[in-house]
Amino acid sequence: MSHRNLSRRRALKGAAALGGLAAPMLNTVTTFAQSGAFNWQRFKGQSIEVVMETGPRADLVKKHAKEFEQLTGISMGLEIIPEQQARQKTTIELNSGKPAFDLFNIAYHVQKRQVEKAKWLFDVTAWTRDPQMTPAAYEFADISKPGLDYATQSDGKITSLPMFVDYFMLYWNKELFAKKNLAPPKTLDEMFDAAVKLNDPDNGIAGYVGRGLRNANVVLYTQYLSGWGQQTTTKDNPPQLLTDTPDAIAAAEYYKKLLTTAAPKGVTGFNWNECQGLFMQGRAAMWLDGIGFAPPAEDKTKSRVVGKVGYALPPAGPKAHHSVFFGGGAAIPAASSKKEAAYLAALWMTGRQMTSRMLQTGGGVPFRSAPLKDNEVLAQLTIPREWAETAAGCAPISMPGLPVIVPVTQFRDTIGTALTNLLGGADAATEMKRATAEFKPILEKSEQG
Amino acid sequence: MAGVDISAGTAARRSDDRRLRPYLAFIWPALVVCTALIIFPWLFTIWMSLNDWHIGSARTFIGLENYIKLATDRRFLESIGHTFYFTVLAVFLPLVLGTLSALVFHKKFRGRGFFRTLFIMPMMATPVAVSLVWTMMFHPQLGVLNYLLSLVGLPPSQWVFATGTVIPSLVLVEIWLWTPFVMIIVLGGLASLPNEPYEAALIDGASQWQMFWNITYPLVLPFLVVAMIIRTIDALKAFETIWVICNGGPGTASETLNVYLYAQAFAYNQVGTASAVVVVFFAIIVALSLVLLWARQKAKWA
Repeated sequence: MSHRNLSRRRALKGAAALGGLAAPMLNTVTTFAQSGAFNWQRFKGQSIEVVMETGPRADLVKKHAKEFEQLTGISMGLEIIPEQQARQKTTIELNSGKPAFDLFNIAYHVQKRQVEKAKWLFDVTAWTRDPQMTPAAYEFADISKPGLDYATQSDGKITSLPMFVDYFMLYWNKELFAKKNLAPPKTLDEMFDAAVKLNDPDNGIAGYVGRGLRNANVVLYTQYLSGWGQQTTTKDNPPQLLTDTPDAIAAAEYYKKLLTTAAPKGVTGFNWNECQGLFMQGRAAMWLDGIGFAPPAEDKTKSRVVGKVGYALPPAGPKAHHSVFFGGGAAIPAASSKKEAAYLAALWMTGRQMTSRMLQTGGGVPFRSAPLKDNEVLAQLTIPREWAETAAGCAPISMPGLPVIVPVTQFRDTIGTALTNLLGGADAATEMKRATAEFKPILEKSEQG
Repeated sequence: MAGVDISAGTAARRSDDRRLRPYLAFIWPALVVCTALIIFPWLFTIWMSLNDWHIGSARTFIGLENYIKLATDRRFLESIGHTFYFTVLAVFLPLVLGTLSALVFHKKFRGRGFFRTLFIMPMMATPVAVSLVWTMMFHPQLGVLNYLLSLVGLPPSQWVFATGTVIPSLVLVEIWLWTPFVMIIVLGGLASLPNEPYEAALIDGASQWQMFWNITYPLVLPFLVVAMIIRTIDALKAFETIWVICNGGPGTASETLNVYLYAQAFAYNQVGTASAVVVVFFAIIVALSLVLLWARQKAKWA
């Protein structure tokens, strides 16, 4: 007979909770008209164009696009193109002043400073605080600080909604470690020692594998460098290069030592895919790279190490312990004429539900903390829970993996060439100083314009 | 007399003009297309090369500064060297091998048609797809090439993964792709050769080598020069294979002008610098074409 005790307040609370849960499923046009609350159907009938980079995030949006259209009544044209081409396309179209898209996924670690300086993005700050535009269910406050920092320009304006973060983690082959009776390394020195012990080129086993290819290798280097508690530039405005400091040179020496001693021959030309190939064939004992590689490594049709992969935090350096991160978000061009509809799409893509799905498939880690702690979400993980736990462990020790500057690609090419030269036997101090001197005028010029 | 001549000449010219005038209108479509697609982009490129122009920033006129910077840019100068190294190998080797295979396939033997078809297959494949396959074959640990080397007891190579071997390895792909092309041209040449000189040579007791060197080679030379011109243009243009297989790396060891240009234009968004590179590249190509045309004149059948 407990229902007799049901007070009016409790009944209202329950109804409100139910309503909150059901809101996305209901057509709430009338509710909005009466109360001015958030309404997914407010911009019904509009159509928007979205550009995304090929990858798990785009796959997910494509798969659930119908759901968005039903929820909002907005039709969404989706163009999915490979990363490099997508960045070229968005840059050139934004520069033309008449982009053909209303929403695109921005790679913060490459494009942040560029879009900011060119003032290409629409300022959504006011909308994020407007309950009519951003529902409470979006849990804006759950967005992690690094994500919010990425989405916020140096003038304090928020010009995108953070979607995913990519940390660096250590993948290790449990079988190979067990054979030599070793534990996963906790520090860079331990990692070097373990790599040397595990390295067995005669039997085709590499102790360690990591990016050596120019440009791609810079992010591995910045991961090592974070162990000295340092980034590649200062946080000043304009930023100053820090790639020739004693710590930067020490990190470069470590890079050289590890990759020339315990990595396979030809590592100079390895991007992540060559590393991945070797690791998934069970031919590399350790691999330090982005967190996105768990799904293929745990896929029986592609990998020979299914169930044998260990996931660990990147080893700590002599001075600090960090995991470098990169990330992406959803941004609206200032020139778009359908900003409101595009904003709803951005909310949907970066919201709790879609980012939880992204986590479950291993397609990326949300720039949020709630999905990583949500047992219901974690229960449906398609990859080992150890991976998600490691990703959650990376968050508190995260540090940006690339400098927030305009010529990021040129930076990566210049420093990357120096790192490649190290693998060919060049001296760390000489190369880092030369590359820094070479890049300095380019950076200075990019900050003047 | 003279006056009469002049007036007669002018009259004739006038009537010529009148006759031509209706036809002049037919030039317009071609002229418009040429101006829009060739002349205007060229003038615009030259103008861009005189500006400091970075996508996303303001443009400023800087005169020849882009060119002056290029003259001291280590990467640019090295890329010219790589371009020549790559081009020489990627022209010469397919020419030699293409000629050899043409000589083989010119002989009559069982299944010649089938083997000819098989041999020209690589040419029909998409360069990007081919490059992806070769990238996997080049892999120093997992690739099939090192496995093949190990079968014959040779030490493994690092192929495109080491500075010293990257360009020769890329040339290997070019050879595989383009030798059949040279072969087809030379086969066409061989088929057109007269029989009499060979009959005369046989009567005179000439050896196979003498017949090749004194009859076949000079007669086929004009075809070889055509093949060389087309191959040179193709090799200078080569981009997909280099970009897909090794991105111009390791480091910048296989960065040709094309790859450098791509980086400047589409990775660094330096439109001004990239335009200057294009202009220099164009000058190089024009100079090379002149040399090749001169060679073609020389090689004509006397």
